[in-house]
Amino acid sequence: MTQHGAAVVIVGGGVTGLCAGWWLARAGVDVLVLDKGIVGWEASGRNGGGATHVYSPFGLEEQRLWPQMDELLGYPTEYQPYRIGVALSEAQLALARRSAEIAEGRGFRWEALDRRQLKELVPIVGDDVIGGTYLHFGGHANPQRTVQAYAWALQDHGGRIIQHTTVTGLARRGGRVTAVETSRGTFGADVVVVAAGPQTGLFAEMLGVALPLAPARVEMIATEPIPLMRVGGVAGNGLYGRQTLRGNLVYGGGPHEWINVPDMATPAHASTPLVRNLARRLAELFPGAAHVRVIRAWSGLVENTPDGLPVVDRLTDPDNVVIATMSSVGFGLSPAVGRAVSDLVQHGRCTFADLGALALSRFADIAPDWRERAGWVATDSVATIAGGDA
Amino acid sequence: MIDARSIAGKGPRPERHVPLVVVGAGAAGVAAAVEAARAGIEVLLIDEHPVDNDMMAMDVPLCFGQRMDATVRNRAAMLERVVETNPALASAHDAGVDVQLGTYVWAAFVNSPTVQEIPGPMLGLADDRRSWLVGYDRLIVAAGARDVLLGFAGWERAGTLGASGAAALLTRYHALAARRMVVIGSGPLALHTAALAVEHGVEVAGIVEVEPSIRGDAATAKGLAARGVPLITGHTIREARGRTGEIESLVLVPVDNDGRPIAGREQEIVCDAVCVAVGLAPSVELLHLAGARLSFDGALGGWVPEVDAWMATSVPSVFAAGDCAGFQDGMLASPEAARAQGRAAGIGAALSLGALDRGEAEARRGRPVAAPSTSVDAPAYWRGWLRSLIEAGGWEVNVCQCEEVTRRELVETKPPRYLKWDSPQMSARDLATLLRDGPLNQDQIKRLTRAGMGPCQSRRCREQVGLLLAQAAGTTLDRIPLPTFRPPVRPLPLNVLWPADEPAAMREDWVSWFGIPTQFSPHWEAGMAADEPTAQARFIRER
Repeated sequence: MTQHGAAVVIVGGGVTGLCAGWWLARAGVDVLVLDKGIVGWEASGRNGGGATHVYSPFGLEEQRLWPQMDELLGYPTEYQPYRIGVALSEAQLALARRSAEIAEGRGFRWEALDRRQLKELVPIVGDDVIGGTYLHFGGHANPQRTVQAYAWALQDHGGRIIQHTTVTGLARRGGRVTAVETSRGTFGADVVVVAAGPQTGLFAEMLGVALPLAPARVEMIATEPIPLMRVGGVAGNGLYGRQTLRGNLVYGGGPHEWINVPDMATPAHASTPLVRNLARRLAELFPGAAHVRVIRAWSGLVENTPDGLPVVDRLTDPDNVVIATMSSVGFGLSPAVGRAVSDLVQHGRCTFADLGALALSRFADIAPDWRERAGWVATDSVATIAGGDA
Repeated sequence: MIDARSIAGKGPRPERHVPLVVVGAGAAGVAAAVEAARAGIEVLLIDEHPVDNDMMAMDVPLCFGQRMDATVRNRAAMLERVVETNPALASAHDAGVDVQLGTYVWAAFVNSPTVQEIPGPMLGLADDRRSWLVGYDRLIVAAGARDVLLGFAGWERAGTLGASGAAALLTRYHALAARRMVVIGSGPLALHTAALAVEHGVEVAGIVEVEPSIRGDAATAKGLAARGVPLITGHTIREARGRTGEIESLVLVPVDNDGRPIAGREQEIVCDAVCVAVGLAPSVELLHLAGARLSFDGALGGWVPEVDAWMATSVPSVFAAGDCAGFQDGMLASPEAARAQGRAAGIGAALSLGALDRGEAEARRGRPVAAPSTSVDAPAYWRGWLRSLIEAGGWEVNVCQCEEVTRRELVETKPPRYLKWDSPQMSARDLATLLRDGPLNQDQIKRLTRAGMGPCQSRRCREQVGLLLAQAAGTTLDRIPLPTFRPPVRPLPLNVLWPADEPAAMREDWVSWFGIPTQFSPHWEAGMAADEPTAQARFIRER
């Protein structure tokens, strides 16, 4: 069945695909986003909400865009500026300072905090904090609200989103992809963007392109609300996260589990006993909140490239496909990445940043067994290897 | 090569492994535990009662409506009462069952397509001091049912409780702090609850039914009327009033044949408690986490596990028995049905563990048990009530108490009030516009409106929100996908949940993200690694 296609069809309704679609739609491009489930249902709606990635090629644009996003989108993202890093050890302090100094090199301002200042800003830290950082840049937002804002804003500009539609193939003619085949028929396209998270590699493979990606599960916990702190973006002790504007402490971190590429079905997002270890680190970070109750936990799937950096690239053959995977760090950078993808679609190059380091070609010579070599293999594979049952 | 920052090699280790864990020491759970123990199985029987006062105050696990008296703060006394009021516990003890009371089961952990690290199925347990993990070969969930609440103006006031919360306070804790209670609903559950109250010396100031006649047994109703309980049919609730945060009276209004309130004929009933007894929903959260397939059956209170003649779920190692396998009013009149389900589950678990052969097992079980049959469509009844409550109380009534989300804010998919957000784009969005994108999903609406996001873990609003979504979509509750349950399914403090038994590798190799050296390195220093040192955190003093 031939469906009503679009000039640009985007595979994947996460923050990357939706934000790219929004930039395209507001530029007047006819755009269609396809998702296997509900928009933002995977990692885009399950992350820590951090928006402080100055080290990235997209970092400056990220910092420029976030303060404007509510207004640009017309919907609330709950963006809040500034970040505080809390250190309980010299090693943690060195890490916090290092990321602040990296930003300083890009012209961002920060200051060191001593124990007294920290206790004043973050009353729930303990007497054992040794210091911290106050970043006068960066921030955080609500991932779930943001992803829906992208979706709605995209529609407001005339873009379309079709949910519960699984992409099953990419039809090629000559050197181009001409259509996207789905569980609901075929959608013609002039340009295709693949921003499908852990499944992005499967689509690349359909095009005969090798994109090395290893999926993994990571987990978070949320507490009941507590009184709002002056800055909600407080993290440390091996945790990322924030206090939401409602007052909940929402944090993640710790060991990930490498898994195999999930199929196209939407998996259950199960948590593991890691919630206990997360609870411990959160109580260590905030002894003043150790009595606060955990009311929810969840997990999400993310994908990583071998160097942990994104692939945001327009292919050469076929030449009308843009691939975008953020290598597990996509939410905060999404306003900028969306714009970059939109640029790649419209102009064939990014107009505001050098994406050379993010080209797919850097993995041209990667060994087929790179996951095994890195130890990034699923637990069941580990058992198989250990058992010599190859 | 193993990634030291991954979970490999640090997977959870239960501190104990038991062949059979039974969750819930009601009629079904005790019967299951006893049968399995008799077959020679080592059984751990866990019950969360007595629940600590703070949990009760959050309406967890039942809706207690702040009507606990001060004695519930005395844990030792409550433990005694819970034991005294449940004589069946002694039979479990005599059968050699390890009985643990005052213990929460806050999660079931199993492997699934995205989790491979769990060495075997296990439960997360906790008391008021610590949490721990227990592995199992077989699990029988006999967790009962929780209250289905429907809001009305003023229902946030202390004194709005549920039928099972009231029953627990009356019969298990002997700690109900209410003198004059109005019961909402008139099915067997409501009549049963009213009778319990009367029996325990609580005045029942009215049984209120929106339908034109009493739904439950006529003789029972007549008996209650003879003891001075007013039966008020064809009425709905306008509001609960009180000068402080307490309910002091309930304003009722008669309804016409279409369930619409007839203005000007309100009556005000002085009371200090309003017991919503329109139905119970099976407590399926652990079954959901253990991977058991659930399906919707309106006659059984909503989402229930699919079970076979041994009460085994779609996961062969997991069984369900009693109200959590499906609640309907008839179960109240014949607790023997729950007991029979429990026995079947206990014997079925023993059979599947090889402790009994099939012949013995079938002989012990007898004929497969059938719960009393019913044709009651519980969600349709709730829908009728909700419609009248909306007609009488309007759209500005909270549907979610924890997050203060009104019915209107829910159907208009409003962002929470504290964002103070207003835009023409936002105002143009509501459930109807979302419906154009696909079927309504309660978890998605929760993210947008926060309805169901609070500390009661959506116990008080789950069905109401579902009903309002169904109404907006022009469909019925069974068509709204099951909203997920997340661990911990009891709200537990960080310092209870935390593990005291963390392996050294968990601490030594902990990083906030993947620990990929180049992941956060500045792009202008291409290739330079910025390795995250592991979190050498201060060690919490072990308790």
